[in-house]
Amino acid sequence: MKNLLISAMLVGMLGACASQDVKEEPKAPIEDRSAATQSDSGSSQTQPADQDKLDSRALGTNVLKDPNSPLSKRIVYYEYDSAAIKDEYRPLIRAHAKYLADQRSARMTVQGHTDERGSREYNLALGQRRAEGVKKAMSVLGASDNQIDTVSYGEEQPAVTGSDESSWAKNRRAAIIYQGE
Amino acid sequence: MIKTASSSTARALLQALLLFAIAIMPLTARAQLTIEIVGGGITQIPVAIVPFEGEQALPQSITEVVTEDLLRSGLFKTVPASGVTPLPAQPQDINFQEWQARGADAIVIGSVRPQGDGKFEVRFHLMDALKHSQLAAFTYTIPPTQARLTAHRIADVIYEKLTGDRGVFSTKIAYVSKQDRKYRLQVADADGYGAETVVTSNEPLISAAWSPDGTQLAYVSFERKKPIIFLQSLLTGKRSVLANFKGINSAPSWAPDGKKLAIVLTKDGNSQIYSITADGSGLQRLTISSGIDTEPSWSPDGRSIIFTSDRGGSPQIYRMPASGGSAERLTFEGNYNVSPHFSPDGRSFAFVQRNDGRFNVAVQDLNSRQSQVLTEMRLDESPSFAPNGKILLYASEVNGRGILAAVSSDGRVKQRLSIESGDVREPAWGPFLRNQ
Repeated sequence: MKNLLISAMLVGMLGACASQDVKEEPKAPIEDRSAATQSDSGSSQTQPADQDKLDSRALGTNVLKDPNSPLSKRIVYYEYDSAAIKDEYRPLIRAHAKYLADQRSARMTVQGHTDERGSREYNLALGQRRAEGVKKAMSVLGASDNQIDTVSYGEEQPAVTGSDESSWAKNRRAAIIYQGE
Repeated sequence: MIKTASSSTARALLQALLLFAIAIMPLTARAQLTIEIVGGGITQIPVAIVPFEGEQALPQSITEVVTEDLLRSGLFKTVPASGVTPLPAQPQDINFQEWQARGADAIVIGSVRPQGDGKFEVRFHLMDALKHSQLAAFTYTIPPTQARLTAHRIADVIYEKLTGDRGVFSTKIAYVSKQDRKYRLQVADADGYGAETVVTSNEPLISAAWSPDGTQLAYVSFERKKPIIFLQSLLTGKRSVLANFKGINSAPSWAPDGKKLAIVLTKDGNSQIYSITADGSGLQRLTISSGIDTEPSWSPDGRSIIFTSDRGGSPQIYRMPASGGSAERLTFEGNYNVSPHFSPDGRSFAFVQRNDGRFNVAVQDLNSRQSQVLTEMRLDESPSFAPNGKILLYASEVNGRGILAAVSSDGRVKQRLSIESGDVREPAWGPFLRNQ
């Protein structure tokens, strides 16, 4: 009887398990572009005639974002349960590997993702294998290992919602994110 | 679990903890699970559950919860008490012939009496209608807040006396809910009531694992933008990092002694299985393969670990000694067998098998090596056994929304638990609590 009561109390305590909020970690420092923007807008105010020159300079500094540059392509897509990089993504891998080889201070993270099907834990491992595969391919082409971080989100961060083959195909991916982006 | 509960110091401590626990308990559960039975057992035991005398004084009718518990198991049917006057509250008041005529094999009667100090005395008797004998009788002194819990305990006694297996109605389940881009690790009663949030995060939470004594959860959180393993006490809410190595840290599984966990790390390359003591020391690598090794599940006798590996080309389930070493492949049907979980008696394991593009929960008997697929939806995953081994809880998806479902280990009784809104996933059934 006493035992019953005490275990009843213990269960009560378990039921009341203390709740806790996870504070989001401060995000990785984001490159501060406000100074550049200010000086740009400042010069455009005082020297409106220089507008063309400013635009071309902006393009030159942001080769990673130039839609005409192969470096603007950041996502490798995969077949189901596979981490093999398809031939169509070789130019993308080559371009980023060359960029890293040329810009030794550049750093990137490769995030591996999977579709929603099957085991979350196996998918986490598969996402990691995809990310590592991209890293290895770039290392072979001249990037150095310490320039590339890998992480896997498994099936936890789908690019699109939806439970059909076309959605799944968009979610089986490795995404390249440069430091500061 | 505190084992010296009979000493007065320990009792005072427990009472203090209980008061603390009540103080931080939210007023209402955020998300509740409801259960529908979508299948039925074949032979159901007819039980008459007579409303307890005076139970309307409690915020929750005891016999209503007992009835719901027993019906949900699929192993019982109820015999109505309507028209019987007066309703019996004591064994000597029972007219056994009357209940037999109504088809009852067993009769549950009882009473609830206020004690004057805000507490109530709940008495119940389980009577054999055919032999006119008493099968069980218990008295509980409880605050009104423990009406549901007491009802679950009574249902456990009835279930055990009439089926021979221990009841799991008073155990707990853990699961993750996702709502408004927030992830919440929650713990609720086995029937889904009384959900409490253990931890809330803006980033995914997965892979909750109960410590064998039911006082801690291990889980994987992405709150630091990568998967790392935390341990959290359910008594105090205190949390600590178990593993935060380079790469991913995932798939915690407790050893049955509660001292060690098997975990998965990529610090040395591929996903591989390691063991680590619960204080974060003593890391040891257990698998050395060129494939993915993940999802370890420790055997109840502590001697072996089953896990998922794609070392043979496709993900399959393997078994190895708990200290590592050569592994034996256990699954051969199909090219996708994952998420193994040992049954509490260690004689079988649950896993997920892909067949014709569907992902379903199956169980393999380790002696005969025969497998049986138990579920039939499209994306069933994450199976976990109830501590009596009779029911499996798993996650599935209906109309793009995560739901929890349960199936009896023989596949005959199916239940669906649906949360009011949001997605639920990653269920884990908690252990029996000690001192029970």
